[in-house]
Amino acid sequence: MHRYIPHTPEDIAAMLERCGMQTTAELYSDVPESLLHKGEYDLPGGMSETEIRRFFDALNERNAKLTCFAGGGFYHHYSPAAVNAVVSRSEFLTAYTPYQPEISQGTLQYIFEYQSMMSDLTGLPVSNASMYDGTTATAEAMIMSTAASRKRSRVAVSRSVREATLRVLHTYARYHGVDLVEVAETEDGVTDRFALSLLISSGELAGVIVPSVNRHGIIEDFTGLADECHAKKTLLIVNADASSLAVLRTPGEWGADIACGDAQSLGLPLNYGGPYLGYICASKALMRKMPGRIVGATTDDSGQRVFVLTLQAREQHIRRDKATSNICSNQGLMALYVTVYMSLMGANGLREVACAGHSGAAYLSSALERTGKMKRRYPASPVLNEFEMITEEPAAELIARCASEGILAGIATGEHSILIAVTEMQTKADMDRYAEVVAQYSSNN
Amino acid sequence: MNRQLYNKLIFELSHKGRKGYELPKSGVESADLNDIPSSLLRKEPLHLPEVDEPTVVRHYTNMSTNNFGVDTGFYPLGSCTMKYNPKINDEIATAHAPADLHPSVPASMAQGALEAYWTLQKQLCEIAGMAEFTLNPFAGAHGELTGLMVIRAAHDAAGDTERDIVIVPDSAHGTNPASAAVAGLKVVEVKSMPDGTVDVEALSELVDKHGPKIAAMMMTNPNTLGIFESRIPEIAEMVHGAGGLMYYDGANLNPLVGVARPGDMGFDVMHINLHKTFSTPHGGGGPGSGPVGVRAGLEKFLPSPRVVRRDNGTYNIESPETALGSISATLGNYAVQLRALSYILSLGREGVKEVGPMATLPANYIKESLRDVYELPVDRVCKHEFVFDGLKDKSTGCTTLNVAKRLLDFGFHAPTIYFPLLFHESLMIEPTETESLETIDEFVKVMREIAREAAEEPDLLKNAPLVTPVRHPDDTKAALDPKITYFEL
Amino acid sequence: MKTYYSPTHEYVRVDGNIGYIGITDYAQNALGNVVYVDMPETGDDVTAGEDFGAVESVKAASDLISPVSGAVVEVNEHLIDNPRLINENAVENWIIKVEMTDLSELDDLMDEDAYNKLVASEKH
Repeated sequence: MHRYIPHTPEDIAAMLERCGMQTTAELYSDVPESLLHKGEYDLPGGMSETEIRRFFDALNERNAKLTCFAGGGFYHHYSPAAVNAVVSRSEFLTAYTPYQPEISQGTLQYIFEYQSMMSDLTGLPVSNASMYDGTTATAEAMIMSTAASRKRSRVAVSRSVREATLRVLHTYARYHGVDLVEVAETEDGVTDRFALSLLISSGELAGVIVPSVNRHGIIEDFTGLADECHAKKTLLIVNADASSLAVLRTPGEWGADIACGDAQSLGLPLNYGGPYLGYICASKALMRKMPGRIVGATTDDSGQRVFVLTLQAREQHIRRDKATSNICSNQGLMALYVTVYMSLMGANGLREVACAGHSGAAYLSSALERTGKMKRRYPASPVLNEFEMITEEPAAELIARCASEGILAGIATGEHSILIAVTEMQTKADMDRYAEVVAQYSSNN
Repeated sequence: MNRQLYNKLIFELSHKGRKGYELPKSGVESADLNDIPSSLLRKEPLHLPEVDEPTVVRHYTNMSTNNFGVDTGFYPLGSCTMKYNPKINDEIATAHAPADLHPSVPASMAQGALEAYWTLQKQLCEIAGMAEFTLNPFAGAHGELTGLMVIRAAHDAAGDTERDIVIVPDSAHGTNPASAAVAGLKVVEVKSMPDGTVDVEALSELVDKHGPKIAAMMMTNPNTLGIFESRIPEIAEMVHGAGGLMYYDGANLNPLVGVARPGDMGFDVMHINLHKTFSTPHGGGGPGSGPVGVRAGLEKFLPSPRVVRRDNGTYNIESPETALGSISATLGNYAVQLRALSYILSLGREGVKEVGPMATLPANYIKESLRDVYELPVDRVCKHEFVFDGLKDKSTGCTTLNVAKRLLDFGFHAPTIYFPLLFHESLMIEPTETESLETIDEFVKVMREIAREAAEEPDLLKNAPLVTPVRHPDDTKAALDPKITYFEL
Repeated sequence: MKTYYSPTHEYVRVDGNIGYIGITDYAQNALGNVVYVDMPETGDDVTAGEDFGAVESVKAASDLISPVSGAVVEVNEHLIDNPRLINENAVENWIIKVEMTDLSELDDLMDEDAYNKLVASEKH
């Protein structure tokens, strides 16, 4: 038997005997013969742990090791070593969903802390236990707005949200039956408020989705937008990167009804795409329209403060096709990760992270402009730690050339434009080197 | 596990002036955010705790001891496949993985990562009998949604736009109808026979009635009672005959691993829960991973981004126009996928054949060992799990809930209770293949002891749990006056 | 005032063309402690046979199916802060007050005797 299966031939014989069987084949006597898989599986032979390590190390050799200036929602941040140590504890790692509160207080308690911290970050009182990622969280927010309106199926989304978010919104809208309309961008790369106001005034929108920091890295201004929406019973949904909310005006402060987005930036490793974390927060009025699990405080027999899953009548295992969402498994352990991260960092740490990224972005964008090969696409617009540049060199070629020098230059947003992010993880020397490589362009011609 | 509750919150440990971090020095002078207009900045200060590293580590370590995991003890939670989570998988996903690789790097810079993705999806194809998998979906429910979108995209592409009905057995988990609703489909339930299998005659009537409207039939096999649906070829033929597609919910795949393949049973689209069948940890509710597989001909509808292998052996990321769209920003929960790949490599072609039978045998063993004291409503060979309808002797008024809570006192996790809805007192037990006979025998002994208590000391049982650190939390209070953040306490 | 019953355990108490809609005592009993009532807004239309909200207990939820069609003229706002009023007296604590548009729909509903027979049969 394989090492993960403890049964000896004697164990198997004993169990078969209790079942009145001679062979394990009898366990499948009800499976039609034609459906049984005969012969070998086309898989490699079983590997020992050492061989498995070698296998993955060999694969990893073929991934580039780059100083990361890419962002677009996912950032290379510092995370204290204690975070991973705590999250690796198998009491957290190997537990299922906390359906038995008597023996799941650990999970329930950290979800409660997580909900509290996300509520604090977004300025909205209600948070759930986590979503898959920012794109699906935003799609759920869209569906939530149509469900809350009861009658309206139209939602407007600013063209300035990130491409991936827009793609996922369109997919969910198409199949769920949401009439999703895009609001154009102005020449300044922000939501066209005039066009949006016109749509809102129709009184037909269930919700409006706008990005706090948009796909160009620009911090958008939503002055007056919540009032416009609420006058027409339209919900305002702000998509925001969780880490940025430590310093930027919160969805709650903008008057939004729902906040949603990615929380990978709270120290989660990049891991080539996941697992990350999505979040969704909302106003009290929308609490019972929330998707997914929510933990609440209560007391037990002896009067102790304890935590339980609550408001479960919204969920799929009870409401079936009338549930607010189909989500069950979420990104639980990642919620623990960011909770421990935020505990260690505190408000000051998150602010330092934001300031370091902001200063770095200012330094790097100047350095890149000085090469004469790049210029800011929206020089007058406020940014946090990410900015878009127009490149003289085709963006794809620039990225390839930088990669050969150990630098991930950013994300190409067009043939001659690139989105660049800076965090506390890149040094001044890294940035100078990046500018140097950019400057070498003409000499290559 | 602790016998005493640790219930402090990190906010309550805050002490002004403490911190648990030190940022790296970049060499760029860190300026403030003065050049951002103040109207765009946060006004309300954050209320995060201020705590030092030792305090944080002790807090969460103590908190963890309130928890029960697979590493703590036996977790016979039916339909959740709580098998052991091998440690090498965690090591691979952290120490031998591209932790700093950004998801937006051009494919040429992530050839190793893409090969891992492609290799896992091919291995899943082999094990499940499908043509291609996407690993992008984040969880089982997300996989269901993606699979139903594949089905709708396929019907749409054929100009068959009127199909909006999904047939689901009445024994199905609530997630199936919920996923159908998110995908814009209507659910029609088909009755179960007394043994929990699909009532094929009732299905035939539904197919006659709704024929051209049927998009798909969604089912698990074995079903929620752990019984194999022997008439599956006939069911598939019936649904296909009406132009519908067959969807396999992989929640119950474990007993078939190495024995039989959904693709050979007529299923067109399926999902797998890597966090059930392929041993990745549940993480207290996630992250999971819900790869979706399709039979040949449906590949082009799978969501973008897609990983493809070129003829020269290199890998690329593509977004075909025929794709149903995107259901994620990235290629999914990559580090979870790596754990599953590590698991399959460890099993290999020999080990994979041991999983199904060794998951099935202990389930039958427990069933046969307890059937004289617990009510067995379906008396047949089961697969990886089976369902009791409560105690055999219900005269003292002891319920399935009492049994479940009493198990906690004895150091076992409870089975799944009150599901499926086919019986009033459902108690669904799934031992998996990784529990030793000693553990299983101990569980049987305790279950028999609980049955004895039900008969002789029913009041004791009705008060269970008796020795857990938390007893009888007030759910009604929590729901009537929800307090869901620290700031509301 | 006469009361009519639906097979899904809602009642409508009729006063002229006004109907008071709630759930029956049998329904509240089956549901257990009510923790929330999801109600429409004044001015919304309801349609006979279609749901207009839901009643939730801790681990169950039941859709509210309107027995008649019409416009909601009032919702019982006491239920917002104190949903348990339904457990205390389901008959007195109606959920919505509707201006009915088609009184002939009442003919399709049960009277008290017929409803009591239905309940008796469901108990077995």
